[in-house]
Amino acid sequence: MLVNKKFDVIVIGGGHAGTEASLVAARSGAKTLLVTQDPSTIGEMSCNPAIGGIGKSHLTKEIDALGGVMALAADRAGIQFRILNASKGPAVRATRAQADRQLYKQAIQSIIQKQPNLFVVSGSVEDLIIKNYQANGVVTDALEKYYAPCVVLTVGTFLGGRILIGNEESSGGRIGSSASIKLAQRLRELPFCVSRLKTGTPPRLLKKSLNFDVMEKQPGDVPTPVFSFLSERKDHPQQINCHITRTNCKTHDIIRSHIHESPMYSGVIEAVGPRYCPSIEDKVMRFSSRNSHQIFVEPEGLNHKTVYPNGISTSLPFHRQIEFVRSIRGFEKAEITQPGYAIEYDYFDPRDLKPTLETKYISGLYFAGQINGTTGYEEAAAQGLLAGLNAQRRAKGADDWFPLRHEAYIGVLVDDLITRGVSEPYRMFTSRAEYRLLLREDNADQRLTPIGYDLGIVSKKHWQIFQEKQEALNNESQRLKHIKIKKNSLTQSDKKILGFKLNDNCRASDLLCRPELKYVDIISLSSVGQGNYSKKLTLQQIEKIELELEANAKYKGYIDRQQKEIKKQSKHEKLKLPTDINYFEVCGLSNEASQKLSSILPATLGQASRLEGVTPSAISLLLIHLKKRQMQKSA
Amino acid sequence: MSNKLSYLNDTIVAAATPQGRSGVSVIRISGKDTENIGKIILRSLPKPRSANLKKFYSLEGEILDWGIAVYFPGPKSFTGESVLELHCHGSPVVTSSIINEIVTCGARFAGPGEFSKRAFINEKLDLVQAEAVSDLISSQTEKSAKAAIRSMTGEFSKAVELQKEKLTLLRVHIEAAIDFPDEEIDFLSDKELIARIQACDDSFSNVIKVTSMGRLLRDGYKIVIAGKPNAGKSSLFNLLVGSNSAIVTDIAGTTRDVLRETINIDGIAVELRDTAGFQQNVGVVEKEGIRRARKTLLEADIVLWVNDIAEKKENIPDEISSLNDVKAVLIHNKIDLIADAQKLNKKERNTVYLSAKTGKGLDILLKTIKSIAGHEETEQGTYTARQRHIEALRRSFDHFKLGKKAFYDKKDGAIVAEELRLSHDALCEITGEVTNEEILGRIFSEFCIGK
Repeated sequence: MLVNKKFDVIVIGGGHAGTEASLVAARSGAKTLLVTQDPSTIGEMSCNPAIGGIGKSHLTKEIDALGGVMALAADRAGIQFRILNASKGPAVRATRAQADRQLYKQAIQSIIQKQPNLFVVSGSVEDLIIKNYQANGVVTDALEKYYAPCVVLTVGTFLGGRILIGNEESSGGRIGSSASIKLAQRLRELPFCVSRLKTGTPPRLLKKSLNFDVMEKQPGDVPTPVFSFLSERKDHPQQINCHITRTNCKTHDIIRSHIHESPMYSGVIEAVGPRYCPSIEDKVMRFSSRNSHQIFVEPEGLNHKTVYPNGISTSLPFHRQIEFVRSIRGFEKAEITQPGYAIEYDYFDPRDLKPTLETKYISGLYFAGQINGTTGYEEAAAQGLLAGLNAQRRAKGADDWFPLRHEAYIGVLVDDLITRGVSEPYRMFTSRAEYRLLLREDNADQRLTPIGYDLGIVSKKHWQIFQEKQEALNNESQRLKHIKIKKNSLTQSDKKILGFKLNDNCRASDLLCRPELKYVDIISLSSVGQGNYSKKLTLQQIEKIELELEANAKYKGYIDRQQKEIKKQSKHEKLKLPTDINYFEVCGLSNEASQKLSSILPATLGQASRLEGVTPSAISLLLIHLKKRQMQKSA
Repeated sequence: MSNKLSYLNDTIVAAATPQGRSGVSVIRISGKDTENIGKIILRSLPKPRSANLKKFYSLEGEILDWGIAVYFPGPKSFTGESVLELHCHGSPVVTSSIINEIVTCGARFAGPGEFSKRAFINEKLDLVQAEAVSDLISSQTEKSAKAAIRSMTGEFSKAVELQKEKLTLLRVHIEAAIDFPDEEIDFLSDKELIARIQACDDSFSNVIKVTSMGRLLRDGYKIVIAGKPNAGKSSLFNLLVGSNSAIVTDIAGTTRDVLRETINIDGIAVELRDTAGFQQNVGVVEKEGIRRARKTLLEADIVLWVNDIAEKKENIPDEISSLNDVKAVLIHNKIDLIADAQKLNKKERNTVYLSAKTGKGLDILLKTIKSIAGHEETEQGTYTARQRHIEALRRSFDHFKLGKKAFYDKKDGAIVAEELRLSHDALCEITGEVTNEEILGRIFSEFCIGK
């Protein structure tokens, strides 16, 4: 038992949000306590065993750029890596890693163990200590009290969790773990708006009972992509294939004829599930014209006994699951080790939060992860990092920090949550970002590492490597700008590489702007040649530099335009709205706008402008009101 | 994303005088690009705070007009920023072409009360005036919303809505291809997609063509003259227009088509329309005329219902007085044929006794029209709204064309998507916002997405 029970930051929950939250707080010097029901489950991937994908990989790389650990763990656990959208442009390309659950957990746990200032305690938090609307600590089921001015709550689906398999119902956060019922009751007493969401998982299948020979093979990409800025290919474990199979008419017949046995259709579950992650029941019923759907047969690990058939999440009774699973090619003799289930859980309306994820009603209390209505490890981890960082800064008396929509997907995520709220589990997509061409995987480090270093959450070593890379990037960029390509001195092979007739002399950097030419093409021109990179750089860093050069060249005009737009907005985005404005007293403001503004209490004028029902003239009126206050004060 | 923020650090332009054919019209520019714009439009900046006779040039170097230019370098100006005022000839065509050039140079149309707002923010107005500025913004917002609605015919908003829908469908395909690459649907090489691009392109060209011909947008206030046959509608029309453009005879049903003419009542531009009389038992030609007349009525701001007082004193029929957003004025015509005209009660509201033949009572009619229409004219008039629409539509089409080109040039999907998003955003300035969430919603309803 810990003797001294006073901390700077207490994090409740050891999932992906809790991990990043406690690590970032400890990393910046705060004495941090992580309270989790079972420390052996820290870093558990409770849904499908993969990190990244569209939008999510952007978040992962941003977390990495801010010194977080998700990408590092993914590199140590990834057993199949792919780049999605490789052909659709650098802005939307996304890394995805199939992960070995065990290796992932090990990687996370070993980082946690080595982290100075971080203490882990096993226990279930049953109560929060709150004094005068100010968080002050927690009470565990062992009736131990721990004190801290800042508490980060990352309890995922464990609050009021209800698991459904057919008509069988039980409470829990995921199968095999108990739900935090007492804490849920306690939180419901506080002035937060609580609703229900649902999500589902597919049955897990015994690997040796499947026939992979009849399934389509899906190998990883070569060369293998790398997630973290600090990792190398050699950090990866052994790489293996994934497989794809499909449902068929027989599968659909079985589901259709037993649809009434599914709790979602019989009305037992009323909560809203994600539209982008429909259950197989939903797919069959809603898109009846399709007689087959893909199933990604994802390995859960190199030596793991089971696989995760992604695409058939279900809440049908166990015996029906066996029936329809066995109608699928390659699954004829499948054994289900754990049935698919639907889970319904509490979430707190994120519109009750500030952009730092601190609650508006209780200072020092932060919410991060699924509790805010999001889904996905990456979304959770991103919030954890932000909440943990701000909790630590608050404890230290430092200014808060949060990224804006043009700075990071983390900024898009948080702004969407606190401004628009959620109506289904929120997941990141690139179409949510207005500044998509700026917010890329390849430049996550450029966007955030300098900020992270200033905030004290990026290590000196990380910073040094970043600076070396930046220097190499600038050198190479300058080199290409200075090499002239003369139209009359092109060799045969040069002409073949270009594939078009060069009408004018130009610079190597100009050629990089053309959509059909890649960096590798440019450096294979006779007058260009390989870049001179310092030996200190790893191969992965050089590859990254090439990607960045290419993206910057291809998007140049667009980036300039977006940056102009951002500059215009920056004044409003930075203009903080005082919390004591009575919006009903703002002269000329419509009742609708006043109501909306009073209920959300936006942090900045920029956030206010994104509220529905707040018109451009409402913003003008607000601006005048603010100016009036300022003039009155100085008068 | 929303364009809700009217930024303080860009340059705005608007006509500072009411529209119409007044002698002089003043265009005001304020913001950091004022000097640059002045150098383009005037070739050189005039001497500060003095009236200078200048030629106003287009970007192509064509002379658009000439007049007085006054330059107030910031912060010693009304708004506290650099301000340029151009006093040009009062024709709406001249004013709008100069404003368009200024917008092309990088300024944007000023929002409601925006010059005053800037003046206040830059501490050119005192605290007492703050409330007045707020009032100005709210009242002008309301008026400009009305003007925006009035500037569009039903046909125009329908065409823009349709265009928006086509663009949405296209974006749904492109965004789905980007955000859901693991799905089996190959959104990008889908034949449907090429068809959607083409459909979008065709309808864009069409809307632009029709709009630039001026058919779908209106300039000024619209007054429709209606009434029973032979009540003297065309005579009134001619009286107001001051020329004999409508055929006037004694035979009921002479006016079969809708005649239109733009007139100017003390600086207020008014589009005047004459319609066929409302009667039963008519031939095919008249029937068509009456159908058009009814349609015209729906687009009117003011209806002058002409009654032949020499025949019978009748009220405005309910079908007219019950029209939404239309003000009706009852005209008792032919008072010259009545012996005891003096005895008629002339104090009824929005009722005018006149003789279209002698012109008696015309002054009262003009006063009535002015009092109804004059109130509505503001800095943010219909005609600014109209310019805004055309500008937004063009911008939308330009981005669409760039997006289409990027698609056929096999540039990356993210660039195609970016251009289409910008195109969509511009169109939404006319019709209202489409959120990222809505696009995602459409993707989920259209495709079976997800693992």
